[in-house]
Amino acid sequence: MSAVDAGVMPHSFLAGEDGLRQWLTTRDHKRIAILYGLGITFFFFLGGAAATLIRLNLITPQGALMGAETYNKAFTFHGVVMVWFFLIPSIPATLGNFLIPLMIGARDVAFPRLNLFSWYLYMAGGAFTVAALLAGGVDTGWTFYVPFSTLFSNSHVFLAVIGVFVSGFSSILTGLNFIVTIHTLRTPGMTWFRLPLFIWAMYAVSLVMVLATPVLAMTLALIALERGLGVGIFDPALGGDPLLFQHLFWFYSHPAVYIMILPAMGVVSEIISCFARRRVFGYRFMTYSMLAIAVIGFLVWGHHMFVSGQSVYASLVFSLLSFVVAVPSAIKVFNWTATLRKGDITFEAPMLYALGFVGLFMLGGLTGLMLAAPALDMPLHDTYFVIAHFHYVMVGGSVMAYLGGIHFWWPKLTGRRYPEAWARFAAILMFFGFNLTFFPQYILGYEGMPRRYHSYLPQFQVLNVLSSGGASILAIAYLLPIAYLLWSLRYGKPAGDNPWQARGLEWQTSSPPPTENFLRPPVVQDAYAYQEPAP
Amino acid sequence: MNASTTDLGLHRPAFLQEQFDDPLQQREAATLGMWVFLATEILFFGVLFASYTICRVLYPDGFAAASRHTDMLLGTIETAVLLTSSSLIALGVRAIKLGERRAAVALLLATAVLGSSFLVMHGFEYYREYTEHLVPGIDFLQPGVDARAIELFFCLYYFITGFHSLHVLIGVIVIVGVATRVAHGHFGPRRYTPPELTALYWHLVDIVWIFVYPLIYLVGRSG
Repeated sequence: MSAVDAGVMPHSFLAGEDGLRQWLTTRDHKRIAILYGLGITFFFFLGGAAATLIRLNLITPQGALMGAETYNKAFTFHGVVMVWFFLIPSIPATLGNFLIPLMIGARDVAFPRLNLFSWYLYMAGGAFTVAALLAGGVDTGWTFYVPFSTLFSNSHVFLAVIGVFVSGFSSILTGLNFIVTIHTLRTPGMTWFRLPLFIWAMYAVSLVMVLATPVLAMTLALIALERGLGVGIFDPALGGDPLLFQHLFWFYSHPAVYIMILPAMGVVSEIISCFARRRVFGYRFMTYSMLAIAVIGFLVWGHHMFVSGQSVYASLVFSLLSFVVAVPSAIKVFNWTATLRKGDITFEAPMLYALGFVGLFMLGGLTGLMLAAPALDMPLHDTYFVIAHFHYVMVGGSVMAYLGGIHFWWPKLTGRRYPEAWARFAAILMFFGFNLTFFPQYILGYEGMPRRYHSYLPQFQVLNVLSSGGASILAIAYLLPIAYLLWSLRYGKPAGDNPWQARGLEWQTSSPPPTENFLRPPVVQDAYAYQEPAP
Repeated sequence: MNASTTDLGLHRPAFLQEQFDDPLQQREAATLGMWVFLATEILFFGVLFASYTICRVLYPDGFAAASRHTDMLLGTIETAVLLTSSSLIALGVRAIKLGERRAAVALLLATAVLGSSFLVMHGFEYYREYTEHLVPGIDFLQPGVDARAIELFFCLYYFITGFHSLHVLIGVIVIVGVATRVAHGHFGPRRYTPPELTALYWHLVDIVWIFVYPLIYLVGRSG
């Protein structure tokens, strides 16, 4: 990072102690955010490499690259890495870690040592997962369904499960840290309903992380025991219940979807308000809807199990509740739109990402409602329709928002501007690449192409080739920011403290902020007072 | 962050970490952190209790039969021991707050001794079950139609009591550590948050057992 601090800011958290050892033992939330950023970027491209293999393979109906077994390992690795080592920690661990203390006017998170420990757990979990790959891979799918994962799979399930188990503690501890920080370290005057929506998003997501992840950890431990010692409660041959596994797994893994999307909603709320120069429309409704999503999100897991043989009455209730959770999500989309109304809108790169998010999230969400209806889910279950649906939410939604946030706060993080023209180009390219990749998959799924096969019927080839073509555009669009953001570290224009004329507390301090965050105590002001003259 | 913080910098006690303005804020943060941690613990155990409940509904007869293989006398003594230890640690924390150092150390060590004896008694139970071929995966051999259900019961029994005993073990180690620090005068009327939070954790371990005891040892025994 020495390129950055050269003469930018004498007090910058990036300046001073530059050795690797100082970085690896740091307790500064801003440095830990960067450590997470590096780890997450690494895993994103690792998972992306697996996705590249998948899309290359699906160019021809018989499978251009891999046999069934290798293909199974490729999509499993893609899923495990992207879900647990990219999406879950992405926004909370990087932007959340960096911004929470700054936005609430604190010096650090409540437990800085625990924060660093979480990063080590995350990296250790990642190391186990990579070890599973190097040892030969896992072929169970990211869901680890029993009894395949416990009895029949001959791949390295144990290592992968341990990896996810360990990284789970990382997200539990991060959530705990955030909850306590937001409760106890707000600067005087920063009341709950003055908090930026990003903080509310972090609070809601922390609740989900803390309450859902233990269930996954325990369930994975039970799989490891069942696989290792042959004792367990899932194996039907031992009198156990495989459906029980699915219930426990989705009790975590559906809320996990909200772990991925809630932070994105927080980021987008900040960006849209800033670049529309408008107060966020319906602030209170935005906070209540995020909390509602977090709470109702715990009650809908059974919609993953409509075809599993669970009772139809259970399916009925889960379906209804899934429709209910769409209400607060829709409120957010309406409010973002209403925020734009009569706004003085400019289209900087973060705004392009944010607008892309709103559209893609809406499409992903609405198709999610189709899947939440049992009658439609029966034929669509385990088809590419499902794949397209959750990629619209997670890649079109979360990844777009993550990149939007990275661009928005890049000047604050590094003290440098990124090259605007390149960034806009990448954002637009990403939007088109994304739609070209995943929209054909809706049609493929609707026409009945099942997921998780290395080969397919010849009539699906045109759409698959389109999808693979889109994926290569998407790959370029993801590599571009890496290049120009790294370039900007050395050659970017100095950003100044507040290049966007934004109103949040984090913009009151210097860019990059000093180690203690604020040299003078910050004055709490309305984070969305864009319609009033600048202070 | 208070404007006055930096002025008060000179008066900051050594244990106050730099992200906090004053000891009260640090205490609030630590306490809330412990409560959140306890909430996660409930969910960890919750998976096991939920699984137990479902399996019990699936195999009521087998679980009733299996329950009769457990040692109710030892289980009852263990319950009494753990409940007593919980009250001792509460008294210990009170003694720290009152500045009665010797009494505090004695009460904390007594808690640790009771915790250890709980583990020893559990060890005896495990050993007896081993001799009766009741340990799934290692030595399980039972006659009759309910054998599978009994095996399932004992799987859950070992998961639940094993995970709980791990908590007891960690608790004993932490309590001994806290007792040592009390003896060295690290805690007293001015600073007692770590002992108090240790006690909170110990009470959770106790409360979990209050659920384990009837589920494993009592329910279905009379049937």
